[in-house]
Amino acid sequence: MTDLLYSEVEEALRASVRSLLADRSPLPAVLRRAESAETYDTDLWRALAVDLGVAGLLVPEQLGGAGASAREVAVVMEELGRAVAPVPFLGSAVVATTALLGCLEPDGGAADGGSAAADASPADPEIAAKLLAELARGERTAVLVVSFASRTGAVTVTVDGGRLTGTVTSVADALVADVLLVLTEDGLYVVDVSDPGVTVTPVVSLDLTRQLCDVTLDGAAGRLVAAAPAASAAVTSALLAGSALLASEQLGVAMWCLETTVDYMKTRRQFGRVIGSYQALKHRIADVWVDVTQARAVARYAAACLADGDPDLPVAAALAQAFVGPVAVRTAEECLQLHGGIGFTWEYPIHLFLKRAKADSIAFGTAGANRAALADLVDLAPPE
Amino acid sequence: MPEPGTLDEAAVRAKVRDFLADHDPDGADRLDFLRARFDAGLAWVHFPPGLGGLGLPRALQQAVADEFGRVGAPDNDPRRIGIGLGMAAPTILRHGTDEQRRRYLRPLWTGEEVWCQLFSEPGAGSDLAGLATRAVRDGDGWILNGQKVWTSSAHTAKRAILVARTDPDVPKHQGLTYFLLDMEAPGVEVRPLRQATGEAEFNEVFLSDVRVADSDRLGDVGDGWAVSQTTLMHERVSIGGGMVPREFGEIGIVARLWRERPELRTHALHDQVLRGWVEAEAARITGARLTQQLAAGQPGPEGSASKIIFARLNQQLTGLEVELLGAEGLRHDDWTMRREAVVDFFGRTPVHRYLRAKGNSIEGGTSEILRNIIAERVLGLPTEMRVDKDVAWKDVPR
Repeated sequence: MTDLLYSEVEEALRASVRSLLADRSPLPAVLRRAESAETYDTDLWRALAVDLGVAGLLVPEQLGGAGASAREVAVVMEELGRAVAPVPFLGSAVVATTALLGCLEPDGGAADGGSAAADASPADPEIAAKLLAELARGERTAVLVVSFASRTGAVTVTVDGGRLTGTVTSVADALVADVLLVLTEDGLYVVDVSDPGVTVTPVVSLDLTRQLCDVTLDGAAGRLVAAAPAASAAVTSALLAGSALLASEQLGVAMWCLETTVDYMKTRRQFGRVIGSYQALKHRIADVWVDVTQARAVARYAAACLADGDPDLPVAAALAQAFVGPVAVRTAEECLQLHGGIGFTWEYPIHLFLKRAKADSIAFGTAGANRAALADLVDLAPPE
Repeated sequence: MPEPGTLDEAAVRAKVRDFLADHDPDGADRLDFLRARFDAGLAWVHFPPGLGGLGLPRALQQAVADEFGRVGAPDNDPRRIGIGLGMAAPTILRHGTDEQRRRYLRPLWTGEEVWCQLFSEPGAGSDLAGLATRAVRDGDGWILNGQKVWTSSAHTAKRAILVARTDPDVPKHQGLTYFLLDMEAPGVEVRPLRQATGEAEFNEVFLSDVRVADSDRLGDVGDGWAVSQTTLMHERVSIGGGMVPREFGEIGIVARLWRERPELRTHALHDQVLRGWVEAEAARITGARLTQQLAAGQPGPEGSASKIIFARLNQQLTGLEVELLGAEGLRHDDWTMRREAVVDFFGRTPVHRYLRAKGNSIEGGTSEILRNIIAERVLGLPTEMRVDKDVAWKDVPR
C-alpha cells in the first residue's frame, strides 16, 4: 500500500504553518472576526500564500508554483482545520487550482466532439496557465462557483455570446475571491468579480469561519478556459481533490477537539477529582482517540491516492467523506459535552469547531451521499 | 564467512538453500527435518545461536520462511503451537536460565511439545494480578493448588506457562511467581469449557497438589508479574495490525452475500452494508498505517486501537450477516459439543460466526480494559483508583 506516514518535509511544512497560525490567528481573534464585517482574514491569507507559498503547492514549478503534491497540501489542510483559519485555501489553492490544472491541455478528454457553442470563442489554455501563476504567487484568489454541498457540480448558469447568467447558492470562499470559475453547458468560464454583472452576496452561514455566498451572474463577461466536456472533467477532478483533501481539514478539526478535551479533562476538577479520572469519561475520550486514529489513516490514504494519481482515488475520496466527516462531527460533539457548561458558551471556541465540522460533513456531499457513491464504485448495488 | 549476526538477506537465503541441499525436504522425517532446521539456526533467526536462531534482525525471518515455503518443506504447524511460539518462547528466552532455554525451546519450536497459558482464573480475569492459585514451597519444589480458566490447547498441551501466588501477605503484584508446568504431572485435570457457540475451544484446568520442581520456576520468586508482562506484551503484538487486501475477513462474506443474493436486498440493509464496508475499509487502512509505522521504527500507540476496532467490526458485521439472511439466518448446523483445537471461524454458519465474535471483545484483554490503557497510557489521564494497591493480597475482599 502507498505510504501513509508523514515525511520530514511535510512535518517541517506543518511546523511553519502551525507557527504562523499561532502567531497571526489565535482563536480569540478568529472568534472576534467571525462577528466582524470581514469574516475572512485576508492578511493571514496573504501571509500564507505569499510568505509561506502554500497557495502554489499544487501548481507546477514552470508556472511559478512549488510543484508539491497533495500530501503536502493535506498537511496544510490539517493545520488550517486545527486553527479553523478563515482563509480561502480550500477554495482557491485546492479546488479552483485543480480545476485550472485540468484546463491546461486544450482538448483533455474533449477530443471527440464536444465543440463549444458556435457563438463562444475557442477555449484558451493560456488563460488557465496565466491565472495559475497568479494564484501561486498569491496575487489573486479564485473560486469554482459550485454549491459547497455538491459532490458533482450542477450546471445552473447559461451562456449567451460570452455573457453568463444564473445563480449558484452557498458557494464557499467566494467572499474574498477576485476570479470566478463558472461551469456552463458550453464549458468552464473565467469571470472577474469586478464585472458589473457579478453579485456576490454573503449568507448567514452555519460555519462562522467559512462564510458562504450566493453568486448571481447577470450577463457577466466570461472567457472560456475549457470547452465541454473537458470542462466537466476538470470540475469533476477539482471536486474529487476537494473531497479527498477536506478529510485532512476534518482530521485537523478533530485533532484540536481531542487534544483540547484531554487537556481539559486533566485540569477540570469536580467532586474533588479531575474529571479525567472518571472511567465513564475516560472511555468516551478513548473511543474518540480510536476514531481519530482511523480518520488519520483514511485521510492520509485519500491524500496519497490523489498525490499518486492512483486509480483508487474515487473510492478513497468517497471513503474519506463517508468516514472522516462523521468522525470530525462526533469528536466536536463529544468535545462540547465533555467540557460541560463552558463548552456551550460563545466565548469558548468549541462551537467554532463544531460548526466547521458539521458544515464540512455536508460539503462535497453528505456521508450518506458518499456511501451511495461507494455502492456504485465497489459494486454493492442498491435493491432493484 | 561473515559472523552469523552480520548476514544480510541474500546470505540468509543462501544459508537456507545450503541447508536444503543437505536435508532434502522430500520424504524426510518431519521431526528430524525440523530438529535439523532448529539446530542450523534457521528456526527463528532473531533468536540467539544455539537456540534455533542466528542473532539476526527479526525482519529476516520472512526470507527464511519464503525459502522453506518455496520448496514445500514440512513446517511446525504454527497455528497449532501459537501460544508456545508467540508467548512462551519469548518469555523463556528473556527470563529463562540457560538450562531452561536449552531444555524447552527446541521441542517447543518443532511442535513436539505444545504449550498452553495458565493465567486467567474464575476470580481473576481483567484483574490478572489478583489471581488465587497458590504455590507453596516444599523442599526443592513447589506444590500448586487452584483453578485456571479460558485455556486454549490445554487438552493438547504437554507444557504450560503459569502464574501462581507464592506470597499472600504482600500486595497482589508482589506475591506472584512464574512457573513452567508439565501438563502430564499428577494432579493436573483438564475439563472442556463449553462456550456460547456450543463448542469447547477452551478449557478449565484444575490443579490439585501438583508438584513443580524449583528448576521450573521462571524468574525470581515474587517476580511473576514482571515476567508475565513479557508474555502479555507479546500477546498484544500478535493481535491486530498487518496488511490485508480489501474486503478481507467478515466484510468479504457480507459483500459477497450482498452481490450474489439480490433477493435479500432491502434499502435499510443496504445502508448497513455500506456502513460496514466503510468501517472495514477504514480499519484495514488503519492496520496498514500501523504496519508502516512499525516498519519505520515508529511504534505508535495505534496498536491499542486495533483490537477494539476489530472486535467491534467483527461483531457488527456478523450480526449483519445473520440479519441479511433473514429466515436462513435462523438456522444453524449443529449445537453438539465439539472440541475445537483451532476455531474455524469462516467454515461454519453465520450463527456460529455471530456467536463466536462475541468473544472478540473479551479475549486477550476486554475492550473496556483496552480503553483504560488508551486513556491512561496514550492520553495520559489518571489511572483507575486501585483500592487493593497497598493491601496484602489475603486482606483484599473477594
